[in-house]
Amino acid sequence: MSKHDYKELGLTEEQVLNMYYFMLLARKLDERFWLLNRAGKIPFVISCQGQEAAQVGATFALDKTIDYIAPYYRDLGCVLVFGQTPTDIMMSAFAKPGDPNSHGRQMPGHFGGRKYRILSGSSPVTTQFPHAVGAALAAKMRGEKSVAYTSTGEGSSNQGDFHEAANFAAVHKLPVIFYVENNGYAISVPLDKQLGNHNTADRAVGYGFPGHSIDGNDVLECYKYTKEAAERARNGEGPTLIEARTYRLVPHSSDDDDRAYRSREEVEAAKQKDPILTFAQYLRDKGVLTPEKEQEMNDSIAKAVNEATDEAEKAPFFDPEDALTHVYEER
Amino acid sequence: MAIKSYIEAVTDALREEMERDESIFILGEDVGVRGGVFRATAGLIEKFGEERVIDSPLSESAIVGVSIGAAMVGMRPVAEMQFADFIFPAYNQIVSEAARIRYRTKSDWTVPMTIRAPYGGGIHGGLYHSQSVEALFHHVPGIKIVMPSTPYDVKGLLKAAIRDNDPVLFFEHKRCYRLIKGEVPDEDYTIEIGKGDVKREGTDVTVITYGLMVHYTLEAAEVLEKEGISTHVIDLRSIKPLDKELIIEGAKKTGKVLIVHEDGKFGGVGGEISAIIAEEALFDLDAPIQRLAGPDVPGMPYSPPQEKFYMLNPTKIADAIRKLAEF
Ligand SMILES: Cc1ncc(C[n+]2csc(CCOP(=O)(O)OP(=O)(O)O)c2C)c(N)n1
Ligand SMILES: [Mg+2]
Repeated sequence: MSKHDYKELGLTEEQVLNMYYFMLLARKLDERFWLLNRAGKIPFVISCQGQEAAQVGATFALDKTIDYIAPYYRDLGCVLVFGQTPTDIMMSAFAKPGDPNSHGRQMPGHFGGRKYRILSGSSPVTTQFPHAVGAALAAKMRGEKSVAYTSTGEGSSNQGDFHEAANFAAVHKLPVIFYVENNGYAISVPLDKQLGNHNTADRAVGYGFPGHSIDGNDVLECYKYTKEAAERARNGEGPTLIEARTYRLVPHSSDDDDRAYRSREEVEAAKQKDPILTFAQYLRDKGVLTPEKEQEMNDSIAKAVNEATDEAEKAPFFDPEDALTHVYEER
Repeated sequence: MAIKSYIEAVTDALREEMERDESIFILGEDVGVRGGVFRATAGLIEKFGEERVIDSPLSESAIVGVSIGAAMVGMRPVAEMQFADFIFPAYNQIVSEAARIRYRTKSDWTVPMTIRAPYGGGIHGGLYHSQSVEALFHHVPGIKIVMPSTPYDVKGLLKAAIRDNDPVLFFEHKRCYRLIKGEVPDEDYTIEIGKGDVKREGTDVTVITYGLMVHYTLEAAEVLEKEGISTHVIDLRSIKPLDKELIIEGAKKTGKVLIVHEDGKFGGVGGEISAIIAEEALFDLDAPIQRLAGPDVPGMPYSPPQEKFYMLNPTKIADAIRKLAEF
């Protein structure tokens, strides 16, 4: 349960309901992916499940009209907040035209889209970190007030690009937010084997900017810290590193079997702290999420997910030869 | 027209482009106050300020990665790798990112970025300050690779690279920097990337080459002319895209082809050129295609006699042309 009072954070009833809506939408889309995958309709799933609070809380603190995000493959919650629609998401799952990320060229979860201010991401992890720094550098050079947000997993935080990007951003005091979703595993490898210091936010001291390790299951906490980081960035005070501690509720991907490396008890215990359940309870306790509103929201999300699935399933693929286009500028 | 050195042509192109377009900026190690370890960016920080001529941390992946991010949102960065030998920490950013961002978004996102890198040997640089690295990028779709030999070509091609909407690797031969001088027009001009140039017309043997080896080949051709051997010299100028037309035309013209590059032979650019000729002009040939290239060892030794042994020179090239002429 969140220890924060949403009103004290300057959030309205409508805004917190909206946060919940995006968390739930992300979850429901994700659950649908798994059904489609197991039915043999889509080849691959990589999930946000368990990390929706970390994602939605952070991106709610940004300004989607001027900021850029460079998310990683689990960040379904982030891209929904930045404007991607269920149809966009399903088109991507099916690799059909209408996929704004890559037009069917990349696996799902490789987000992007200029009109959504989402930088294109790839599979080699953490390569997006320097890109976000570059976007922040451009903003600073042009005197724009925009912030660049980039995220990755705790395992991926061990890549050289993490360090190179953080140091560069520190030197130039760039308006960038580095966000680590620490879910305890990098595929099968647990924290103990991944990090000498389990707290990745501690690294910020070494770079010379603030770092915070926060409860990634608390959407309001994620909002609060990202909001502060964004304000710092906009005020020219430079980068912030945030580690959102969370848990991945499902296997790494549709090709993984997590029974090989973690106990069912551990997963069950984590499910008790599922950020969607706890936030729903918080909102009910506050009298914000009434039974009518909840019903309405569940219905509208179910409808949106169903319609998007149908539309994407029915859509044609690109022609095979389309694979030969857009290697270089086409004039 | 003025006589300029190869490196002056680099500096002039950078300065003129930066004057023309505010979105162009320079990022690299020691490029600012020091003006670059070779002084290719000399005077630019004084003119454009430290905002546009950025002394970056010693961090190649960041230099390229940050440039990519800036390019995606509308800037035109010119990143400098201090030596081509040190481009490898940025290899992932170049190959996995810069080269693929257009393709993986169907041009929704693009990377109009130039990466300049001094390369090549014969400067007592040993294993890690002498390398030719082009073959490691030549295979990669989505990037362009320019390797000019003259001040005129440097200026026109660097301007074209900066204005190009795709990532361009611009390799400058270190030995050419102060050794090679030539006429450069005062007015603005560009040279199309992917177009080679016949640097000498000839009828007996066609040499296809690029970079410093163009000059060595031209020296060899002078010597051979006195022996009655006429050499046709093609300077590719860009190795990606390759000027297929000029290559095939050159092969057909003399029927004898020698490909020369300083880089190692195995898996080098010469293999691709010879395959193109074999596919398109086999029956016009009068001799097997020959390649003269660096030895396939991991690097150029520092020991002066060994460095000399490693490097090609006009004599070695003349010998190879002569052998082919006599075939
Ligand atoms: C450079 C690189 N190495 C390996 C992989 C394969 N890989 C994909 S995700 C992953 C684990 C990432 O774990 P973490 O960063 O903790 O993120 P999480 O999946 O837990 O959210 C690995 C090893 C990759 N994509 N890129
Ligand atoms: Mg993880």
